[in-house]
Amino acid sequence: MSRLEVQFSKKLKSFTMDMEFSMDGECLGILGASGSGKSMTLKAIAGIVTPDSGRIQANGRVLFDKAEKKDLPPRKRKVGYLFQNYALFPNMTVAENIGAGMRGSKAEKKRKIAEMTERFHLSGLENQYPYRLSGGQQQRTALARILASEPDVLLLDEPFSALDSYLKEELQLELREHLKQFGGSTIIVSHDRDEIYRLCDRTMIVEEGCNRICKDTKELFLCPEKTAAARLTGCKNISKAVKTGENRVRALEWGVELTVAGRIPENLSTVGIRAHDFLEVPSQDTAGKGAGESGNSETDRVQKECNCFPVVVEEEIKSPFERTVLFRNAANPAGSMWMKMDDVSRNFLPRMVEVEPEKILLLTD
Amino acid sequence: MDWSAVLISLKTASAAIVITFFTGIAAAWLVESIRNEKLKMICDGILTLPLVLPPTVAGFFLLYIFGVKRPVGQFFLDYFGVKIAFSWSATVLAATVISFPLMYRSARGAFEQVDKNLLYAGRTLGMSEWSVFWKILFPNALSGILSGGILAFARGLGEFGATAMIAGNIQEKTRTLPLAVYSEVSAGNMEGAFVYVAILVLISFLVVTGMNYVTWAFQKFNRR
Repeated sequence: MSRLEVQFSKKLKSFTMDMEFSMDGECLGILGASGSGKSMTLKAIAGIVTPDSGRIQANGRVLFDKAEKKDLPPRKRKVGYLFQNYALFPNMTVAENIGAGMRGSKAEKKRKIAEMTERFHLSGLENQYPYRLSGGQQQRTALARILASEPDVLLLDEPFSALDSYLKEELQLELREHLKQFGGSTIIVSHDRDEIYRLCDRTMIVEEGCNRICKDTKELFLCPEKTAAARLTGCKNISKAVKTGENRVRALEWGVELTVAGRIPENLSTVGIRAHDFLEVPSQDTAGKGAGESGNSETDRVQKECNCFPVVVEEEIKSPFERTVLFRNAANPAGSMWMKMDDVSRNFLPRMVEVEPEKILLLTD
Repeated sequence: MDWSAVLISLKTASAAIVITFFTGIAAAWLVESIRNEKLKMICDGILTLPLVLPPTVAGFFLLYIFGVKRPVGQFFLDYFGVKIAFSWSATVLAATVISFPLMYRSARGAFEQVDKNLLYAGRTLGMSEWSVFWKILFPNALSGILSGGILAFARGLGEFGATAMIAGNIQEKTRTLPLAVYSEVSAGNMEGAFVYVAILVLISFLVVTGMNYVTWAFQKFNRR
């Protein structure tokens, strides 16, 4: 079983990193804002930077241990590192790049290079220099080069950031297949949540060099628990909030009270609503329900339960397959909220919105 | 017209560039790998000093160290039977010391230009420091290193001050082209000086053009 255990701390200019996690042959995603210490974590595992203290162990081999004064040089760590710009050697051809980290006799290397070029769809490009390759071909060459050196652990630093968006999805599918074949522990660092969602079994949220939360990727997107996690998984609407009742919270920045489902945590600090989870209340209902104050107690109760409130639209942004609307609470104008809708054909702007209690994310810091 | 000056100059500059080329690269690599920033700056300062000092001051130090009556000069004379000061080897010594910083600085600049991720990539792929240097760092810094070498060669060819201090101006022995120009002019023979000047201008022009060609050829090859 391929196991990676990481625990280290390192003082940086603006904060002190304090990282701890472990993994078993799976694919772990690290999500974080720029400068949050994601890449630094990979560099510490690969031995490019030296932590101030801690211990890093892969497959039972100690790579770094401050207490034991052990610090293996990068070339002995068997940690493959895919750099953001792929770091292909410009003075070597594709075949030479792939062979750069190989051991063994000349014939053996030649056979293995042929096997790798085949497997990574690089046949015919063996004698090209990297500058002649497309972004996708460069990525394949870099990956082939790393896997040819037979690492125990694979680290991918923003693997798709250097690529055109139309190439990304295809290459993500391809990468998923290669990772399955590799089978060892893999870490993907990214600030792109789609990438992480598609490729990683588990996801860790990193903020100021610390592991804020780490759990199953699908679960994390469904229930982020932490404010940072909600923000990094793409939640557009986050407001400071206080508990006002058994299943009621007040979103301070939006000036609305909301009914929520599930237990409200004691140390609740914010609530989050994904832009897709706001629903437009059809206009005939709006007319019937009134603006909130004048309605009878029955409609008030319904409105409360379905978190229905009238809104003033501030701005509408149209993209090819999506409509984004920026609005405020009409009764109590405060901070604005985002809403996204799939039907681009409609020109109608919502006058009233609702959000199901189950969809409201209860977050702590 | 004394052809020995041309010959001595070319021989001196060639010998000096062979020495500075390798020591300059080695020094650049060593200083580059010093982790302590302050120590790095001090080492860099010492190695660059001959470039900024007046050549006569550098020559003064050389004379002070390698003079026949000084310990080091005495040592060479006693144990190897080599008299350094005021011999051909002194012209090489002067040209080497004066042109060394140009080679060293060019090589350092060329190394610094190489993307550090390339070196890290090599290391994480399991390459030794030796292979990282010869297979990655050196080939990718080659154009900068070569143009540094050409500059250092030209500087060695034109060396005057330090050579005059430690090698003197002995005809057919230590009189290089710049010294020949000086001698002709001090003797009031402007026409004689003109021939040497023409030769120096010609060689210098060829060298600079050669350097431009090397840079151009590499850029064409390494279009990234």
